[in-house]
Parts: sequence; structure tokens; C-alpha cells
Amino acid sequence: RFMLLFSRQGKLRLQKWYLATSDKERKKMVRELMQVVLARKPKMCSFLEWRDLKVVYKRYASLYFCCAIEGQDNELITLELIHRYVELLDKYFGSVCELDIIFNFEKAYFILDEFLMGGDVQDTSKKSVLKAIEQADLLQEEDESPRNDPEEMGLANPSQ
Amino acid sequence: MVASSLKLQDLIQEIRGAKTQAQEREVIQKECAHIRASFRDGDPLHSHRQLAKLLYVHMLGYPAHFGQMECLKLIASPRFTDKRVGYLGAMLLLDERQDAHLLITNSIKNDLSQGIEAVQGLALCTLSAMGSAEMCRDLAPEVEKLLLQPSPYVRKKAVLTAVHMIRKVPELSDIFLPPCAQLLHERHHGILLGTVTLITELCERSPAALQHFRKVVPQLVHTLRTLVMTGCSAEHSVSGVSDPFLQVQILRLLRILGRNHEESSETMNDLLAQVATNTDTSRNAGNAVLFETVLTIMDIRSAAGLRVLAVNILGRFLLNSDRNIRYVALTSLLKLVQSDHSAVQRHRPTVVECLWEPDASLSRRALELSLALVNSSNVRAMTQELQGFLESCPPDLRADCASGILLAAERFAPTKRWHIDTILRVLTTAGTYVRDDAVANLIQLIGGAQELHAYSVRRLYSALAEDISQQPLVQVAAWCIGEYGDLLLEGTCEETEPLQVEKEEVLALLERVLQSQMSLPATRGYALTALMKLSTRLHGDNNRICQVMSIYGSCQNVELQQRAVEYNALFRKYDHLRAAVLEKMPLVERGGPQVDEEAKESKEVAQLSEAAPLPTETQASKLLDLLDLLDGPSENAQHPPPLDPTPGDTLIHLLDLPCAPRPPAPIPNLKVFEREGLQLNLSFVRPPGTPTLLLITVTATNTSGGDVTHFICQAAVPKSFQLQLQAPSGDTVPAQGGPPMTQLLRILNPNKAPLRLKLRLTYDHFGQSVQEIFEVNNLPVETWQ
Repeated sequence: RFMLLFSRQGKLRLQKWYLATSDKERKKMVRELMQVVLARKPKMCSFLEWRDLKVVYKRYASLYFCCAIEGQDNELITLELIHRYVELLDKYFGSVCELDIIFNFEKAYFILDEFLMGGDVQDTSKKSVLKAIEQADLLQEEDESPRNDPEEMGLANPSQ
Repeated sequence: MVASSLKLQDLIQEIRGAKTQAQEREVIQKECAHIRASFRDGDPLHSHRQLAKLLYVHMLGYPAHFGQMECLKLIASPRFTDKRVGYLGAMLLLDERQDAHLLITNSIKNDLSQGIEAVQGLALCTLSAMGSAEMCRDLAPEVEKLLLQPSPYVRKKAVLTAVHMIRKVPELSDIFLPPCAQLLHERHHGILLGTVTLITELCERSPAALQHFRKVVPQLVHTLRTLVMTGCSAEHSVSGVSDPFLQVQILRLLRILGRNHEESSETMNDLLAQVATNTDTSRNAGNAVLFETVLTIMDIRSAAGLRVLAVNILGRFLLNSDRNIRYVALTSLLKLVQSDHSAVQRHRPTVVECLWEPDASLSRRALELSLALVNSSNVRAMTQELQGFLESCPPDLRADCASGILLAAERFAPTKRWHIDTILRVLTTAGTYVRDDAVANLIQLIGGAQELHAYSVRRLYSALAEDISQQPLVQVAAWCIGEYGDLLLEGTCEETEPLQVEKEEVLALLERVLQSQMSLPATRGYALTALMKLSTRLHGDNNRICQVMSIYGSCQNVELQQRAVEYNALFRKYDHLRAAVLEKMPLVERGGPQVDEEAKESKEVAQLSEAAPLPTETQASKLLDLLDLLDGPSENAQHPPPLDPTPGDTLIHLLDLPCAPRPPAPIPNLKVFEREGLQLNLSFVRPPGTPTLLLITVTATNTSGGDVTHFICQAAVPKSFQLQLQAPSGDTVPAQGGPPMTQLLRILNPNKAPLRLKLRLTYDHFGQSVQEIFEVNNLPVETWQ
């Protein structure tokens, strides 16, 4: 199973794969799936069958959040999962929008990795996940601070 | 070099600023060159930034494999920032297929044993995302150790990593099974969740594990009950439902444990009822839990009342305004319709409503479910609905809908007339989408219902007059008009409105069909043959029909041309035979294994089972003139009398019209005798292994009103042949198309001489004794060659 985020124009913003597939194969799947999902009309339901997987998607503003799950997984809870992830992003960035995710994609990944692992939910408490990220960010800053470099190092500050 | 190195954000901005694809590529290529250089030259301070940029570029679809080694370096670095990006890169760029991935095993091992929590977390995460089988095997002991670490943060991750490891290397289950029991007692939701997932995974892979874990059912029940009844802290709740993720996961595990196991199922019954009734369903989270509950109820050995409850919940879902929930309900009901049919039936009206959903995936589900719900009591109503749907449904569902309706009609049709009506309606609405055998089925159906001939032909005529584009409809209509044209002109039929049809109109319609561009060659064939048949059914001169035949005598299509030529010949030279040749088909028994496609009227079906009394379909075969009786009928077989020289006539074999050759080519049946409703048919088989052997099955059918009794059939053949008559199936041929009598003749023809056969019949019919002697002429050449 995997998770994709992409914009209405078909630009990929995040891809997390929990299956081992080749790069080429992944690209193909992404293209195909994007086509299918973008073709859906607004009134249609959030679930569809694709290849041998079930796909659950939800649109938030200009971004599509797409999750591929297996046959026996519960679609409704996957919707909750997507929503929880969006909430986490929202809390972290403060009213998240697509630009935040574009410019801070690595943070989006880090948050996702605190919430899901191997495709399963690790922690059901929003607080706990956010705390973990905070701590990691702190560690990172500690790393930087001894250098006292005027230039902001590497990865962006979320306070933007 | 460092000077031109951009910050990540700036790079992103620049890329987005590029107006064209080419420009974007330029920017990226330039940057990649820098990055590559930087990797080469080693710039420890900024390499994480470079990698981050590379990852962004990778997401846009550009190649980034040269970053793999850099990932390794960063992971190995002591700095957290480096590790963070390095591991991310590993997850994105490295996968099982790359050789490089094994190299990080060591780093991971180090980080797992010595790193701080956050680092351990990173390592575990990476391992669970892309760990290959070898890596898992190597690192299993480390992960196992971490399961016992005091920090819940690490433990929860370790548990989920274990899940991944088991997926990759099932043998590792042995290592991870023992700690589970202990972990289940955890209070921390994350660990609990992970553990439940782990146990689920273990049980799914090994029946032994399944057995082992049945004993935790009570504990799971307890945990879930606590969750539901007493709730939990706000941070775990979603819109008022306590930790739905955990609930769903526990329910799923319970499902697996309770499947096919009475005892466990019983323990769960109460709990499931509780969850089902206490869950708040106003929001999706609650519904998610409820849905999982329903799935569990249906899968375990639950009490009957509980099952009904589950179906009712699904029924309620169907009424929910949220489309997603309706979808989920339809899918589940479909799975249940076999096992709990009556319960699902109660929700039939709602299901039918869902047919009209604009959402295609929903309406498809609804269609499948509706078709599954059709039974003998609701077939009329349901078909009505389904046909309404057929008229307006999207094209991709039409074929399924049409076939579904036809199948349902076949299984549950209350009357023949309704059945014909239904098929007719389907053909008119969606004719092009029906399966090929629908035509044959309908013809067979009509053919078999004598009382409905008039009705059918009228309805078909009207339908055809309106629209000649739907091929299956046209084919059936043409056939019907051909067969029952006389009924069409007769004028009155109680069951339809009076329809005054003139002979000319009928002919004109068929001609239209013939000439229309939309008609397929097969359809034209039907029409041509129909016209021909009408020449005998309708009174008056046949000039028009003759004309058509002559025209088509030079048609481009070989099949049509052949037919036309032969029909022409019938008109010109063999007019006296025409009536007999084009006789009406006898009533067909449904379900006969040799359903002949009437289009290939002349294509004969070989009767392969010698003794089975199947009604042969009499084709419009040539009625042979009863030739001059040969003198001296001979008794059974062994001493055939001298025969007269064969009449040297060369009648065209209508039977030799091109049929799709079937290996081995079947020998056409022959109707050799008819008198007052008693018919005698011969069917021939040349078993492939014995070229000199010919098996003839004589079939006697009686369509008259009186029985034929004391029926004896004797045969004679030329001297060089050997004939053996086997015992007949009976000596009575009951009236009104009852089961025919058959008799088998075995003829050995060692010299391959032309076969001649003389038959003598004696029987009683209508109180009279009848004796008939005749030679069977025009035996097909294949019988002796």
C-alpha cells in the first residue's frame, strides 16, 4: 500500500510507498492513479477500485490525498486516517496550505513517519505525534546552534 | 562552489518560477551538477541540504540515483540533521532492488543499539519502510531487544517494525510471538495498537499462532469494552469516539480469532452488540467502527439476532446521506446476499433506489445487488425497475444490466408471454449490448410457444417497423415474420391491438432490412430466408420475392449469393417442392442440446448419440418424392432384393449449402417420410474410426392428434452392403409431439458403393392400418463415400 499527495494539476507533492516496487513501476502507477482520481467528479464517493487495491481519496483545497489499501481494510477508517494526517499538518504549520507542503516537503515526510509506520498507524494521539516532531526539530536546532551561522542552514524553519 | 549553492527553499522557488518544461530542466540540471560536485568533493556541513534538494528534484521525476551513496554517508554521520535527511533519502531512493541498500544495515544496527531515542526511531522507521528480507533477518535481534526498552516511543515503533519484518520473513514470527502477551497489557495506545496489529499479522500467517492467541480474546474484549463504555482521554478521540483506530484494529483481530470458532465467538457476542448499539453514528469515525463491527459479526459464528442486527445496520447505512457509507453498505450487502438472503431482501427497495445514483461505482454495486435479489416473487417488479434503469444507464453498465435481466427472466419468468415481452423490451432498449445467444434463445422460446406465435409475430413486426437498427431484434423479427407471416396477415389477435398488415408492407419491410446499411450480413441472411418462406405462407403471386432473389443472386457476399441462387432455383425448377421445403418448423423442445441457429437453416447438426431419443430439428430438408415402389419388399435385411436403377436426376442439394464446416463434417439429416402428421427422419453418423460403417438413426415423430401404434420399420439395402437392424425404442409413437420412437440401423459398406436404402413401414393410425414402402432417395453423398 502507499500514499500519494498531488495537486489538481497533477503535480506530485508527496509519495510514500510501503511496497517494494521499482522506480519505473511506481512512476507508472502514480501516473495512472492520478488520471483516474482527477477524472472523478466532485459528487462521487471517495472509494474506487484500482488494479487489485482499493483506493481511498479525499480532496482538501487544491490537494488530493490518496491512500491505497488492501481488500480487507476498512475504507471508512482510512478516511479518518487521512483526516488525522491533515490535522497534524495543520497543527504543525498552522493552517496548512499547499505551499507549505511544497516548500517543506521533508517536514511533511517526517510528520507522516511519526504517524504511520509500514503502513499502519503508530500513534493515535495527536499530541504525542506532534510532541515527537517538536523534539526532533529541537534536536536539529541544537545541532545547528553551536555553529551560529548567520545563514539559515539547510532545511527551512517552519516559522515562515 | 559553495557560493552558488542554493538554499532548498530558493531552489524550489526557482524551479517553480521556470515557465517552461525546458527551463525547469535547465535549472535542475545545473543544480544537479552542483550537487554531484558537492558530493564528490565532500562538504560535510551542507551535504544534508544538497541531499534535500536532490530529493525534491527526485519527486518531480528526475533521476537521483547518484544520491544513494550520499545517503549512506549522512546516515553514518553523528549529527541528527544529517541522519534525518539521510534516512529520508534512504526511504525514498533506496529500495530492495538496489545493491546499495544492504550497506545501511550496519548503520542501522549501530543506531538501533546506541542511538538516542529519536535516532532509534528514525532507524526503525526506515527499516519498516524499506527493509528487505536480508536486512530484517540481520536486524531482528536488535528489534527484539528494543521491544523491552523502557521508552514507549521506541517500543511502539519497534512493534510496528516487527510487523514489517514478519511480512518479509515469516520465520521471524517465532521471535516476535512470545513478547506479544506481555505487550497486550500496555496502557499506551500506540503500543497497544502496534501489538494488536502484530498479533493480527501473526495469526494471519500461521494457524498455530491463531490457536495460541485465542486465549487473549477475553482480554481484547475487556479492552474494547473499556474503550467503548468508559471512553478514553481526549487526545485519542476522534469526534467523540474513543480511539476509533484502536477499536477498529481490535475488532479486526477479534474477527480473525472468532472465525469458525464457536467458543471465541460466543465470548464476543455481547461485546459486539454493545459496540453496535453504543457507537455514535453521526460522524464518520463512529460509522467506521460500526462498519468494522458489522464485518466482524458477519464473519464469526455469531448469534442469529446479532446477524439480523448487522444487516439492519447496513440497511441504515444505505439510507445515510453520505455517499461513502452507502457504497460501503452496498459492497457488504453484496457479500451477504448469498448467506443471509432473506435479511437482505428486506432492504430491496432502498437498494433499487441506489440504482439511480449518479456515481458510477455506486450504481454498479446497486445493479449487482439488485440482480442478486431477484427471486420468483418479486421478479415482475424488479424487472420493471431494472428495465427502467436500462433505458437510462451509462453504456458500460448496459451489457451487464441487459444480460442480468435476461438471466433473471429465464430463471423466474412467471409466464411465457411475459418472458417474451421482457426479452423483447430488452432487445428494443439495448439490443446491441446483449449476448450473442440471446437471439437463439428467443427464437427457441418463441418457437416452443405455439399459442404465442401470433402474438409474437405481431409485436415483433411492430417493433421492427419502428426501428431496424438493433441487429438482434431485427434477426429475431425477420425469423418470426418468415415463419409466421400468415398469422400476421390474418388480422385479429386478442392480445394485441388489431393490426392491419398488408402483404406488400411485410415484403417492403423485409426488403428494407435487406438493403439497409445497418444490417449485418447475418441479419441479411435471416431476411432473405424469411422472404423465401413467405412465398409459401402468403397468398398471391410471388413476383416480388422472385425479383429480390434474382437481384441477390449476384450479391457480393458469398453466403447471401448462394442462398439467393438456390432459392431462385427453387422457384424456377423445383417449384413443386417449395412448399415442403419451406414448411414450418416443428415445436422445439427447450434446452435441447443441439440448438440450431436458424440463420444457418441449412446447417445440419449431426446427432452423435445414437440411441438417445432427442428430437431432431427437422431442417427444411427436401421432401423426397415417394418414388416408384420397388417391387417386392424384403424382410429383415440380410438378403436385399435387386433394385431398380436410380433415377438419374440431379436435384440440387439444398443440404449442401455452405455451412461452417465442423470437423468432422456432419451429415445432414433427412426427412424421408411424412403422412398425416407422422414423420420419419433419418440421421447419419460415420464414426471416424471405421470408414465403412454407417449408423442411421430412424426417428419417428407424431404431431397429429392420434397415436401411431404397432409401428414397424424395415429396411433393405443393395447386395454388397450388410445391414443390421437394432431393436426399436418402442412401437408406439404418441400423438401431439410426444417422445419419438427411434431405431438404429447399422450398415457396413466395405466396397464404398453408392448407398441405397428402401424402407417399409407398417402401423396403425387413426384406426387404419397403413403400409408404406419407399426408397430413400438423395441420400447424402457423405453416407457412403
